[in-house]
Amino acid sequence: MKKTVKRVKVKQEESVSLSLTVNGNRHVLKVRPAALLLDVLRDVLKLKGTKPGCHEGECGACTVLVNDIPVNSCLYLAVRAEGKKITTVEGLTGPGGALSAVQNALVEEGAVQCGFCTPGMAISMQALLNTHKSRKKSGRGTKSLSRDDIKKHFEGNLCRCTGYVKIIDAAEKLLAQSE
Amino acid sequence: MKKEYTIIGKPVPKQDAKIRVTGRAVYGHDIEIPGMLHGAILRTAHPRAEFELDTSAARKLPGVVCVITGDDVDTNNISYKRDHPILKKGVTGCIRDEIAAVAAESKEIAEEAIRLIKVKYKIKKGVFCPEEALRENAPRINPYSSGKFSHPNIAEVFHYEHGDVEEQRKRSKVILSRRFTLPRMTHACMATSNITASFSPVDGKLLLYSSTQVPFLYQRDMAHALKMNPSDIRIIQPVIGGGFGSKLDMYPFEPICALLSIKTGRPVQLLYSREEEFIASPTRQPMIIDLTAGIDEKGRFTFREVNILKDNGAYTSWGATTPFVIMQAFSSLYKVPACRFDAKAVYTNNVFAGSFRGYGNPQATFALERMIDLLADEIGISKTEIRRINANEKGEVTGQGLHYETCGHRECLDTVITASENKRTISPSENKQRFLKGIGYASMLHVGGGAKIYRSDGCGTTLKIDPYGFCTVITGSNEIGQGSETVLAMIACEEMGIDLSRIKVINTDTDVKPWDVGVHASRTSFVAGNSLLGAIRLLKEKLSKKAAQLLGESDATMNYTKGQIVSAVSGASIALDKVVREMHFSEPGELAIASYFYEPSSRFQDKAFKGNVSGTYAFASQAIEVEVDTYTGNIRVKDIWVAQDVGKVLNPLLLDGQIQGGVVQGIGYALSEELLMKDGKILNPNFHNYKLLTASDIPEIHFYPVETLDKQGPYGAKGVGEAPLIPTAAAIANAVADALQAEILDLPITPEKVLRIIAGKKAEKN
Repeated sequence: MKKTVKRVKVKQEESVSLSLTVNGNRHVLKVRPAALLLDVLRDVLKLKGTKPGCHEGECGACTVLVNDIPVNSCLYLAVRAEGKKITTVEGLTGPGGALSAVQNALVEEGAVQCGFCTPGMAISMQALLNTHKSRKKSGRGTKSLSRDDIKKHFEGNLCRCTGYVKIIDAAEKLLAQSE
Repeated sequence: MKKEYTIIGKPVPKQDAKIRVTGRAVYGHDIEIPGMLHGAILRTAHPRAEFELDTSAARKLPGVVCVITGDDVDTNNISYKRDHPILKKGVTGCIRDEIAAVAAESKEIAEEAIRLIKVKYKIKKGVFCPEEALRENAPRINPYSSGKFSHPNIAEVFHYEHGDVEEQRKRSKVILSRRFTLPRMTHACMATSNITASFSPVDGKLLLYSSTQVPFLYQRDMAHALKMNPSDIRIIQPVIGGGFGSKLDMYPFEPICALLSIKTGRPVQLLYSREEEFIASPTRQPMIIDLTAGIDEKGRFTFREVNILKDNGAYTSWGATTPFVIMQAFSSLYKVPACRFDAKAVYTNNVFAGSFRGYGNPQATFALERMIDLLADEIGISKTEIRRINANEKGEVTGQGLHYETCGHRECLDTVITASENKRTISPSENKQRFLKGIGYASMLHVGGGAKIYRSDGCGTTLKIDPYGFCTVITGSNEIGQGSETVLAMIACEEMGIDLSRIKVINTDTDVKPWDVGVHASRTSFVAGNSLLGAIRLLKEKLSKKAAQLLGESDATMNYTKGQIVSAVSGASIALDKVVREMHFSEPGELAIASYFYEPSSRFQDKAFKGNVSGTYAFASQAIEVEVDTYTGNIRVKDIWVAQDVGKVLNPLLLDGQIQGGVVQGIGYALSEELLMKDGKILNPNFHNYKLLTASDIPEIHFYPVETLDKQGPYGAKGVGEAPLIPTAAAIANAVADALQAEILDLPITPEKVLRIIAGKKAEKN
């Protein structure tokens, strides 16, 4: 019985090849099959902007976009991201360090305090903005989002400092600008 | 006439927000040092047990560099009462207890090594209730307790009184007694606790990257723990992911990490998992408050008699000293001619409590403000009128000796009462049978100009102008996300006439920065701000003198604007950077640098706990409307009106953020947050079961700053950080009590409790 356990363990440690496009850059990596996307981003690619808040999918600090869909990277196996497009908070900033509209809104509205939840918030806000824009573009809904809709969108991102108000304000302002 | 300022009072975004929003901020979790090892801690499986360790298998695991137990280290006990061993030997006191630690080449190996340590426990019956711990035959819980009180399980006692309680009792028309019970709440900082230690065997110096809120006290405590020279320990603070008081003390994991680095001669990093954060970081103090209070026929408060039993846990952290603040609320919030106060902190085998935003004041304010509503009902005065009658006033010196040189209490009350009455016409609920509405009020008093608890409540600043006209503020204070860096930069900008983009604030390194007692007691803008203003005054003397000389003026009265020094007499001007260069390069040269130490005018309290302990005092009132769903028991907070005496608004953007964040923590305390414990174990150590509020739970928060322009504060400002949290739970409880027409005597007010109250009322009717 013990022997079997050991054999499984050796297998687990064997790495597999993985191809990811992160913030527009293609990487081919060797990772453990059980490796989480969060850990690969932070420990292998050294993209430390994505934050490890709880490792249990509750706080949302580690949110990244996988093919433009926001996911908790702490619950997402890296191998699932094979061939997919990943966007982390580092990918929001433009060439030369220009802040994106989302990042600017968070700074200007005072929505950042300790900032540990901020990368996840920024990514969630980017996802909201993208969805809103594409809905408008496709003509699938002209109704603008209510403040309650916006609040609902951020339910997966915990923040302990700001009381959320300014984060919601920032999103509301951004969506209004994109009208 | 109000003075016009260039930047003070304007909404300026946080200077450090850009690095945080781009993912470039380096938190403790992001630090990597070449050759760095990863640490892990083995904690006891039983709160009270004797144990034996076998670490041989862990030591043999490839990749393990070091394993330590209590037998391998020579350390001093830590914490406020020095009753806390870093690594426990042979016996445990609570579920947090550190019994062994490992340093290994990877996180995974360190965790595996922890699993390989064999522990033989002899489980003993624990004591988990303070009342039980005070029984005559109760076992001694902490072997290092001072034993100087009437029972060895008492960690600390406080007694305070002013006025003649018995006389006031006779004068009272109504006297009520109630018992209030407050839960254990945890900080739940978004970044878990962390430390990276790097000891150099070459020069014997220890470098710590630590998220402490009190770097200089931490340096002292670390040196004591490790039996080192404090000057050989350098603390660098990386970006800190939330504090709220949780990082005010030093905990065993920190010297453990340092020991692992000292033993291995390599850098070691120790990061808490989220579960470990819930189990092993400090909490708000749970307590039982017995309050008796009286009121006379005119609705004036007569006396308060308070008895508090605090669960100290197995060791003594700052939680034990919260009565300093609690007694302030009971003795001095609203006018009261007599107060008698007793508090005991009692050892149990529960986890120990620390400091948490408000420092005992939310608990005290809950009991006091609930009692005020009960007294109002009993004597037949409205809830608003009773508060107005008894409100604190400017010029008052309270029974405890607090001087209210400015006081916005009455204005805060009037503001929220009027605002809530105007707004409360909002559409009534569709189904009145199901939804019940209520409104509650509460006020608070808190220190607003530091708190003289340590030998110094001061802060030092060194200010430097470089030859290019840039300004560097080296401040003793530190940033934990609250925005102190930005406020200090704004002050320098205002006074020196230098653009904000040309001001740098250095605040992270104990080898560089001057003394400061730390981030606590809502003191940073007040104390560090005054310290900076002092340094600016000194530096301007030097610069003005040189400028006058260069301009050929006899009078050195100068104005500083747009990078120029302008003569107040002739209007002639010279560029600031040019003056600095002339200072540096003339014979004899002189540095454009000045240092100043500011110590607030406050005094230590005497042995009877009387004295003016703060430079100024902050006041606030909140009115909160709730809607109770009688079918589900859910409470919806609809609107919160907040008025706070902030002295002067320095930066409305950051101020709003502090208010909103504090209020939301207060709602959590009122409705959903409780660290549940059974037999010393924590039942909900995760975000799934410990309920933080989400964006969807947030009501409308209407904020009205009240400016009283205190002459002690920078530009008149007072401390703001803790205040917004303090009265929120009390006001919500009052609102729920109003909606249900029932007494609420404990927190959190969960749906289960609401349904039980409703069922009880129904049973009463039948």
